[in-house]
Amino acid sequence: MKPFDLQRADSLTHASQLCSERNAKPIGGGANLVDLLKLEVERPDRLVDINRLPIAGIERMDDGGLRIGALASNTAVAVDDDVRSQWPVLSRAILAGATQQLRNRATTGGNLCQRTRCYYFTNIDQPCNKRAPGSGCGAIDGVARLHAVLGTSDQCIATYPGDMAVALSALDAQVEIASANDRHRTVPVREFHRLPGDTPWKDNVLEQGEVITAVTLPKPVSGRQIYRKVRERSSYAFALVSVAAIIDMADGLITRADLAFGGLAHKPWHDPRIAEALIGKSPHEALFDKAADILLEDAQGYGENDFKIPLALRTLKAVLAEATGVQL
Amino acid sequence: MTVHFKQDEPDTRNLLDQGSQGVIGTAMSRPEGLAKVTGTAPYSAEYRFDDCLVGVLVTAPFTKGRITGIDKETALAMDGVVAVIDDSRMTARPAQGGAGEAPQQSPRQICYYGQPFALVVATSFEKARHAAKHLPFSYEADDVSDIPLDPETAETEAGDGGMQAGDLAHAMATAEHAVDVSYTTMGHASAAMEPHAAIAQWDGGRLTVHASLQMPNYNISELADALDLTEDKVRIVSRYVGGGFGSKLGLSEETTAAALAAMELGKPVKVVMSRQQVFQSIMRRSESSQRVRLAVDAEGRLTGFGHEARVSNLPGEEFAEPVLQSSAFLYAGENRLLALDVARIHQMTAGSVRAPGEAIGMPVLEAAMDCLAEEAGIDPVELRLRNIPEKDPGKGLPFTTHELADCLKKGAEAFGWDSGPRKPRQNRDGEWWIGTGMASAARVHNVAEAKARVTLNADGTARVQSDMTDIGTGTYAILTQIAAEMLGLDPANVMVELGDTDFPRGPGSGGSWGAVSIGSAVVIACDAIRQSLAKKAGIDADDLKLKDGKLQGSQPRSLSELLDGGNMSEEGHYEPGDISDDYTSSSFGAFFAQVRVNRHTGETRVDRMLGAFGFGRVLNEKTARSQCLGGMVWCIGSALTEALHFDPVDGHLVNCDLAEYHVPVHRDVPDLEVMLVESRDPAASAVQGKGVGELGMCGGAGAIANAVYNACGARLFEFPMTPDKVLADMPD
Amino acid sequence: MPITVNDRTHDLPDDPRVSLLDFLRGHLGLTGTKKGCDHGQCGACTVLVNGMRINSCLSLAALHDGDAVTTIEGIGTPEDPSALQQAFVEHDGFQCGYCTPGQICSATAMMDEIANGWPSDASAELTGEIKPTPEEIRERMSGNLCRCGAYSNIVQAILATQEAQS
Repeated sequence: MKPFDLQRADSLTHASQLCSERNAKPIGGGANLVDLLKLEVERPDRLVDINRLPIAGIERMDDGGLRIGALASNTAVAVDDDVRSQWPVLSRAILAGATQQLRNRATTGGNLCQRTRCYYFTNIDQPCNKRAPGSGCGAIDGVARLHAVLGTSDQCIATYPGDMAVALSALDAQVEIASANDRHRTVPVREFHRLPGDTPWKDNVLEQGEVITAVTLPKPVSGRQIYRKVRERSSYAFALVSVAAIIDMADGLITRADLAFGGLAHKPWHDPRIAEALIGKSPHEALFDKAADILLEDAQGYGENDFKIPLALRTLKAVLAEATGVQL
Repeated sequence: MTVHFKQDEPDTRNLLDQGSQGVIGTAMSRPEGLAKVTGTAPYSAEYRFDDCLVGVLVTAPFTKGRITGIDKETALAMDGVVAVIDDSRMTARPAQGGAGEAPQQSPRQICYYGQPFALVVATSFEKARHAAKHLPFSYEADDVSDIPLDPETAETEAGDGGMQAGDLAHAMATAEHAVDVSYTTMGHASAAMEPHAAIAQWDGGRLTVHASLQMPNYNISELADALDLTEDKVRIVSRYVGGGFGSKLGLSEETTAAALAAMELGKPVKVVMSRQQVFQSIMRRSESSQRVRLAVDAEGRLTGFGHEARVSNLPGEEFAEPVLQSSAFLYAGENRLLALDVARIHQMTAGSVRAPGEAIGMPVLEAAMDCLAEEAGIDPVELRLRNIPEKDPGKGLPFTTHELADCLKKGAEAFGWDSGPRKPRQNRDGEWWIGTGMASAARVHNVAEAKARVTLNADGTARVQSDMTDIGTGTYAILTQIAAEMLGLDPANVMVELGDTDFPRGPGSGGSWGAVSIGSAVVIACDAIRQSLAKKAGIDADDLKLKDGKLQGSQPRSLSELLDGGNMSEEGHYEPGDISDDYTSSSFGAFFAQVRVNRHTGETRVDRMLGAFGFGRVLNEKTARSQCLGGMVWCIGSALTEALHFDPVDGHLVNCDLAEYHVPVHRDVPDLEVMLVESRDPAASAVQGKGVGELGMCGGAGAIANAVYNACGARLFEFPMTPDKVLADMPD
Repeated sequence: MPITVNDRTHDLPDDPRVSLLDFLRGHLGLTGTKKGCDHGQCGACTVLVNGMRINSCLSLAALHDGDAVTTIEGIGTPEDPSALQQAFVEHDGFQCGYCTPGQICSATAMMDEIANGWPSDASAELTGEIKPTPEEIRERMSGNLCRCGAYSNIVQAILATQEAQS
């Protein structure tokens, strides 16, 4: 771990100022950052302790939505009474991730910024365009078991590893971001994470000096909410594929189909065409196949992760079947 | 006094059964238990010494070549750095178990990715860790395209364990039923929870090393040889070892490096490997490709038995995963072919990982037996029962005790095994296919030379001392019980001291030989004390009855009264003898598993699992059962999740941490049931017991594979059976 | 503000790189908390911070000023072990013992979490009372690896303690 200067922020403005200087990073729980500091994947000159900022609360908003402070722990969100009863897919996604110890420490903002688990990213002696721009991608010709099949580039095939953000994507949550000079902006979760393209080192749209302050959920909607995570171990493992789904039906027809996918891409994957294909239709297996075709029409495997394509298809169908009561 | 017993023939005295205390075999809790559960048991890195410096190893970021220069000056200018050690005596790769001589040195000659070649010593861990990451060095790396990395295409050499008898090809061609099946298994890591660690102190004349090692009795020779010291100048202390599973059998890089640094700097130096370093530079279990050919007659009796395997190791390493070890004797078949090849590749050293050989050979054999059972239309349990040989079919030797039939029958009954016709995909629970499978267990029995000192103190308490270790196996418990039983003492009055080479040399913990070998030495020492006590009491030793610290009789006398202010001390020396020329000896067992396989995702979970195990005498029912439970957890890991993944370009281990090398977690492990099928095996050891530490993982992954097939119809020929593999073979 | 560990206050280290785990083990000599992976992948370093279990390896000590930390040494001693510690001995909920303090710290917090009605991935319902079933315990303890494979016995030890307390 490189030596760094540790500063405590006493206000949001102060935090943004401290973070706006070159190579400074905010630290909340540190669950992912400390891991990467030890590996020297992250080498900041300054860490800004934001833990004393008053952004840990969870509160109902006037429009019926929910505002989750960036420092609210994963546990606090997962066990929140409103989340459990109104946005259960979020509780489920969080509870499917990591362990109780990690969820107690991990924060909502930090979890959104969780970096990839690509083996080549975490080994600083290996090529990785995300960690060391221009050094190449070790995974494309290497062990690509964990890697993306959607939205990849010839620069990077890493996945976003988290679960919470997949549910937030299905829920169409918004990310509130503060920067220096008290400027604030709001970005939909679906646009917060990026695809790697030619700049794989940029995981998301945050700019230097910006700090996530909250995530907001739109008002609750009716329908079944499901988070399904496929993993090698039964617990404490990253997703091979995951699906967050909010599916509603009326008169035998699908009226809502908000779906997002984990383990497939550099970001929680959301494809609005899937909902378009499903809404207004009566659920049956052929329809689910069509949804899966849309999801996977541009999917590309890299050898060891080829299996993710049929696995994503089967998992999506299983989730749709569970949500609609169709027998496969 | 030293009392020597060399086992040239069965020890039918059954000395342990003559005790009167009634503690041997009981489920006594571990005497060190409270220290462990309160965090007060000190592991190697946890001793505190003034002025202790911290060293962090520096490893090669390339696969093969040499380090041509190290810029110590730059490193020494870094904050807190005290020294850079790059001594040519440093260890380049760990010693194989029982080597007893210096492991590979010349660390600048790089043979595998991640090989340590230097140590940065600093005043704090944080400073040493950072400086080690930034130690400037130059190197010449061989072109990766010239380095053999793929065991399937690399050059091979013949390994041990091959044999041929009769004509297997003919037996296959003329058999009523036959199977010819090929499998692959991926590499495994021991992944003991405590990373390799050492603190070395040099007082100018003698070196003391607190190190996490399984076999101080061999490690002291390895370290002394590596440092050019005589053994009397070296002391190794390993009182608590946070798991070994083979990875701490031989002297490894951190201990030598700590010793050299302490000797150079004159201060204590602590070196603890990072988890990634443990994965990259300690032993791996070799991957394997295996072919099994089985031929039976119309009654399901084996006429042909073939098991061939290819494993790998670094050039020059003698160890070859002994895949065929139990195949040599487990089943009948007069036409036999066993052959082992070793491919020479440049990955980290392949060596012993829990149950070397059987851990991957038995599951494959037992999966093939399941194919044969299906082919021949015979119940899998019955097929095995019909093929238990009278004598070792290769050597023609009798077995010591043979518990396989008993374990198969008792296990099947307790599990509720359905011996009716078997077909896959008969049971479904929602999305899950449910199925059952079974397998035999076998693990060769070994003993080793062992010495222990037992002292009966004047106050009627006893002390047992050996450099033998307890790596979680229960040595503290069983030696307490053996001494208590033999000397008629409350176990609370027996103190066992282990893991210090200033004590008599034990066998070390490895190869499942620890308990029976050191246990035999303690029995021998205690027997000598009993003889002396009898003499002192003026009675015949056969009439000596000791219980609760008293000589029993019409007028009980306390031991302290009998000892009259003196004490008695004997060193027991157990030595394996010629008996291995007369018998084949193995522990046996049977596994039964029920699994569920998700019909959509291919995820597999074990619902329940039972193991019935026979290994002669049970010394402690609780710790023996725990050993079996642990083995069964390893069965689940090796069946479903555990795999080392190597980069195809430069051969480095990519999943070198516990996030991506998937050892089973709590939720992967259902209620496991263990049946101990006890007997006395006087030919196996002086405690009439055989090894149990590894038996629990010798075949169980095969039971799980067979259950996966029975559940969902996916007949897999690859371990581990991750969801991708299950899905690929699962019929729609 | 200083940090409180097992009811005693201590100054925090000068080097901000020191993890809470290394602070406990190296600076305070509280070596009951174990380092198994140093990356939040094994749970051996589990301690309670303000009553919540966390991986102490993934937390910088300097961020814990004002916090109250409980380590295994604060849960019980050989002379006065907690009921759970005694149950681990009785049920052989360990072998080598290295993951054990983490398992016990974790289980200690877990019993409170269940009592609080916090759901887990294994809970059929997100709301309502949580029963401490073996499956619930297994999921909730999955952040604590045990390579010796003492899992079945650990679950038995926890169940026995739960039963005795209820």
